[in-house]
Amino acid sequence: MNDTILISILMTIVGASTPILLAAIGELIVEKSGVLNLGIEGMMLIGAVTGFAVATTTGQPVLAILVAMLAAMAASFLFGYLTLTLTANQVATGLALTIFGIGLSSLMGESYVGKTTEVFGSWFPSGLAEHPQLRVIFGYSPIVYFSLIMTVAVSYFLRKTRAGLILRAVGESDISAHSIGYSVIGVRYAAVLFGGAMAGIAGCYYSLVLTPLWSEELTAGRGWIALALVVFSAWRPGRLLLGAYLFGAVMTLELHAKAAGFSYVAPEMLAAMPYLATIAVLALISLKKSGASAAPACLTKPFKPNA
Amino acid sequence: MKKFTRRSVLKSAAVAGTLPLLGKSAFAADPLKVAFVYLGPIGDHGWTYAHEQGRVAAVEKFGGAIEATYVENVDEGPDSERVVRRLVEEGNDLIFTTSFGYMNPTLKVAKRNKEVKFEHATGYQQAPNMSTYNLRFYEGRAVCGTIAGHMSKSATAGYIASFPIPEVVMGINAFTLAARRVNPDFKTNVLWVSSWYDPAKEADAAKALIDQGADIISQHTDSPAALQACEQRNLMAFGQAWDMSSFAPNAHLTAIRNNWGVYYIDRIQKVLDEKWESGDTWWGFQQGAIEMTPYNKRIPADVVAAAEAVRTGLADGSGNAFSGPIKDQAGEVRLEEGALTDGDLHKMEWYVEGVQS
Repeated sequence: MNDTILISILMTIVGASTPILLAAIGELIVEKSGVLNLGIEGMMLIGAVTGFAVATTTGQPVLAILVAMLAAMAASFLFGYLTLTLTANQVATGLALTIFGIGLSSLMGESYVGKTTEVFGSWFPSGLAEHPQLRVIFGYSPIVYFSLIMTVAVSYFLRKTRAGLILRAVGESDISAHSIGYSVIGVRYAAVLFGGAMAGIAGCYYSLVLTPLWSEELTAGRGWIALALVVFSAWRPGRLLLGAYLFGAVMTLELHAKAAGFSYVAPEMLAAMPYLATIAVLALISLKKSGASAAPACLTKPFKPNA
Repeated sequence: MKKFTRRSVLKSAAVAGTLPLLGKSAFAADPLKVAFVYLGPIGDHGWTYAHEQGRVAAVEKFGGAIEATYVENVDEGPDSERVVRRLVEEGNDLIFTTSFGYMNPTLKVAKRNKEVKFEHATGYQQAPNMSTYNLRFYEGRAVCGTIAGHMSKSATAGYIASFPIPEVVMGINAFTLAARRVNPDFKTNVLWVSSWYDPAKEADAAKALIDQGADIISQHTDSPAALQACEQRNLMAFGQAWDMSSFAPNAHLTAIRNNWGVYYIDRIQKVLDEKWESGDTWWGFQQGAIEMTPYNKRIPADVVAAAEAVRTGLADGSGNAFSGPIKDQAGEVRLEEGALTDGDLHKMEWYVEGVQS
């Protein structure tokens, strides 16, 4: 195997990992606050279609990403209103958000099917971004670097900041957080909106970078992988990063192995890997006695301050 | 033209139930009621879009003599049976169900409603009032293979495939046979992605195939993502089901277009003439049921001529995409002379020489 192929494979892995990392890092914050939003796929699709629409009409990828972020946040606000203010069931509402997102994005995207846009590529000078070897570091869309920065930022936020501590408190014991004067609902709204924003950008990564086009259900179920990834990571940003690249590597290497003629493992088996790995990790977590790395205690539990 | 969504049809069930007498009307002046059941949205620019174009062509042809409605986004399986049953209750005389997974539901409804005629696409179950039909897409694959044989510098094509069913296998084989008639060393590297539609995966699959030496990509999946990957790397590819050149103006060489309208017009005419009979129809270039989209200008004139020679040969019956001698993957002769029959093709589950899978 020569350099060119290796670099090409590495870059494909980064491409496959970035959107699931972004969506998952958003969901991690949401779940840390005690809310389970199963609507990632729907928010990603809304982000993907609005981003694509803005990019094709204005030619401004940064504006497109901002609009996509806002659109996905609007969808997540809807989820927040239903589950936090009206205390609707989070699982059902999240699933509904996914179904809604699939339908809404199809409707919005109807007139954009068949169009294409410029790839939102690297901001580095072409000497670096297209250099045969250095492109493995510099040849990515800004969204890739953003996803890595966000991972570090979220990790720092959760461990080192007061706000991060409050968020975790709300997720672990809503009543205690409430009793010492923190707004549980407010914190959860903020977390849900953050999750929406990240999912929106993740969706954009598909429609602006990986496959610069729009067609229905463009993300083809990646939102569910992101969801599995959060559990896989045991709600830790560091492991989330590792997991995202592991999942991305499995998805990519599966294709390369098959293209190179290695077919010892059934493709269906490899496709099921992320989910099998998640189940395995869940089993491992529950075996551990400490429980320190397990799910936030208030996950999916509605909070009624006046009840 | 009335537009039905699945939901509105299901809702109309209540109405249909209270007015059983209005179900079927037999007045001579009434237009023939024809209905189409679609898998995807009509705007998918793929499979369903092509069928919808066929319906529109039939409406243009027959005008007020028919009333042709459709239901889109119908899931395969039990859901489709309900939809087909409603369409019968609404008094449709001829119902086209346009996806493989509608086969058993259609058959079930057909057995209970002998006076209604059914047409099921791509399946193999027939009944006295249920026909099957499909197109010879593989003929178009043979034209693509001819072009690939001439255009590929590495003599290697990448082929992004969905599932190993005869329909896909015969496409791979027709493509490879045609390419090897041009260049006996030609290889087709097949990559199964286990999906009909997954843009990101299709793009990654294209990249993997390119990294393994392919410089031309053919696909049996539905999104234009692979074409974009080829465009970015300055390589070549074939579109799938419709002209995808807007996604890859340089890479897109040509595509196979499905022209279902020819068949729909023929069958509706037969019902109007009361000459409709159940059967199995498999049309291709000869009947105009498949066409090639315009060839890319980058293809040299002699290659276009070679491709056209294959196309016209298939259209007038002088050529055959599966004429012998044909060797299989292991190098064993499968066919000395003559050509494979339709029966052989319907059961095809082996690969010709030159396919790497």
